[in-house]
Amino acid sequence: MSVSPAVPSTRANQPQRGWYKRNEIAITPWLFLLPAMIFFAVYVIMPIGQSFWISFHEWDGLGEKTWVGTAHYERLLGWGDANIDRKFETSFWNNLRWLVLYLLAIPAGLFIALFLNQTVTGIRFYKSMFFFPFVISQVVVGLVFSWFYLPREGLLNAVLGIFGAGPVNILGDPSLATYGIIAAGLWPQTAYCMILYLTGLNAVDPEQVEAARLDGAKGHKMLWYVILPQLKPATFIAFVVTIIGALRSFDLISVMTNGGPFGSTRVLSFYMFEESLSEFGFRMGFGAAIAVVLFFIMLGFIAYFLYSMYRDEKAAQ
Amino acid sequence: MFPTPLAKTSRTWQISYQVLLPFALIVWLLPLIAVANFSIKPEADFVNGNYWGLPSSFEAFSNYGKVFFESNMPRYLINSLFITIPTVIGAVALSCMAGFALGVYKFKSNLPIFFIFIAGNFVPFQILMVPVRDLTVSMNLYDTKTGLVLFHIAFQTGFCTLFMRNFIRALPFPLIEAARVEGISEWRIFLFVVLPLMKPALAALAVLIFTFIWNDYFWAVVLTQGPDAQPVTAGITEFNSQFRAAYHLMSAGSIVAALPPVVMFFLMQKHFIAGLTLGAVK
Repeated sequence: MSVSPAVPSTRANQPQRGWYKRNEIAITPWLFLLPAMIFFAVYVIMPIGQSFWISFHEWDGLGEKTWVGTAHYERLLGWGDANIDRKFETSFWNNLRWLVLYLLAIPAGLFIALFLNQTVTGIRFYKSMFFFPFVISQVVVGLVFSWFYLPREGLLNAVLGIFGAGPVNILGDPSLATYGIIAAGLWPQTAYCMILYLTGLNAVDPEQVEAARLDGAKGHKMLWYVILPQLKPATFIAFVVTIIGALRSFDLISVMTNGGPFGSTRVLSFYMFEESLSEFGFRMGFGAAIAVVLFFIMLGFIAYFLYSMYRDEKAAQ
Repeated sequence: MFPTPLAKTSRTWQISYQVLLPFALIVWLLPLIAVANFSIKPEADFVNGNYWGLPSSFEAFSNYGKVFFESNMPRYLINSLFITIPTVIGAVALSCMAGFALGVYKFKSNLPIFFIFIAGNFVPFQILMVPVRDLTVSMNLYDTKTGLVLFHIAFQTGFCTLFMRNFIRALPFPLIEAARVEGISEWRIFLFVVLPLMKPALAALAVLIFTFIWNDYFWAVVLTQGPDAQPVTAGITEFNSQFRAAYHLMSAGSIVAALPPVVMFFLMQKHFIAGLTLGAVK
């Protein structure tokens, strides 16, 4: 990489100084960057390329890799005469369900933030208690919700019973299980979006609100035309973290259903793990191919996020 | 202020708000309250079908005592600490330096490098899984805390660098220029001018990374196995199979596993939220 000193060396007229001193401003940033760049390159950047490479091989993780070309992708996507991989199909549709339903965390978070954006005694306590689920590990959230859903012992069916609704076995029903897990995931995610919006609401310009009030704006019109535009940065971050969170969903599925019942709650990240590191065997090559597909799905979002951030960065300069 | 401050609304809404608030909180935390209730019940309550009523006797000491003295839980908790704390120190140290380089100096590849760090953050874990596991095995670090720590430091550096760089950007640049005019060397400027100003950022990052790493599950199952190195998030599965269907013990175990980040959050709430909402306000 080329090093170009942005600041012209003003010390050139001091020849008695050493080479390092003369180039200090050009060299220092690289010295400071080096450790982070090495770590990041070895553990994050290079593995992406390696996964691509491995996905073209048959590999058990120990022995020799055998080149199989695009065979894994053909099997996954059902190119040629093969049918689309059933488990892949289920996982893909579940990923879409996660993506769409997870986005509910954003309006839900906004709603709670609006509800809590008051100054009454003890409101700080309420805000932190509402935020609290986000701090708990997803594993524990998963356990808590799987007990909440238990058909006999769970509190959910007790509450449903009060309203006369019959007992449901959410995690045991293939058509409901995924939604049950998504609901569990929405709990901490809504808390996160709520805190983003609370911070955003704090910074809303009070003069604009007063001016709009004088003009007769109130209720949802005020929210839509005056408040939400000012909350745009908060919404952007909420969108980024929710999309990434939805596509990363793994812990909850692994803890709550382990992919079942009958594989109905698999998503790509879970399917990948199952193929490459579980009792079903170590099919690293096939697993890597699933990871690559997931990577390309995410890449669309990543490109959009980076583009937005890049635009802001350019505008700030 | 939006919505309309309570003081300026009707009396009826003021009263209903005060009633609604605690009610909404209870509904919101219901699953958690149920588990906390489970964890202080005697076993007899589960046999008699008293699942969601009040405990018939207060058994918190014996339930939590079992977690601490009759299971591997303490070992898992200690492992979690020995994974989390070195990661926090490592990731914060690396990203302080990288953030300083990207925030203070102007050079051609500054922005591209910054965006590589951001992009790495968003990558799905699964695309790193096979190569990172392979690398860890080949360094003889599989099933060690060190192996897990090294990966966590590397991955968290992405987010931390984004955070640090933006924080340093907001510092008054004339301060650094003044130091340069005085002839102070660059690394001294970092140590004695910039670093002292970064204390709030350091605190915010430290609590955030602590929480992220403590709660990590995926990498714990990929890079470790067994009670020698596994953190508590992965250990809880083994704990639950030891006490299968003993809900009072399983819920006590989960609460213990979840507690350290919760304590951290309540102690350092201001920093935690400042870190989490970075960029939510322009």
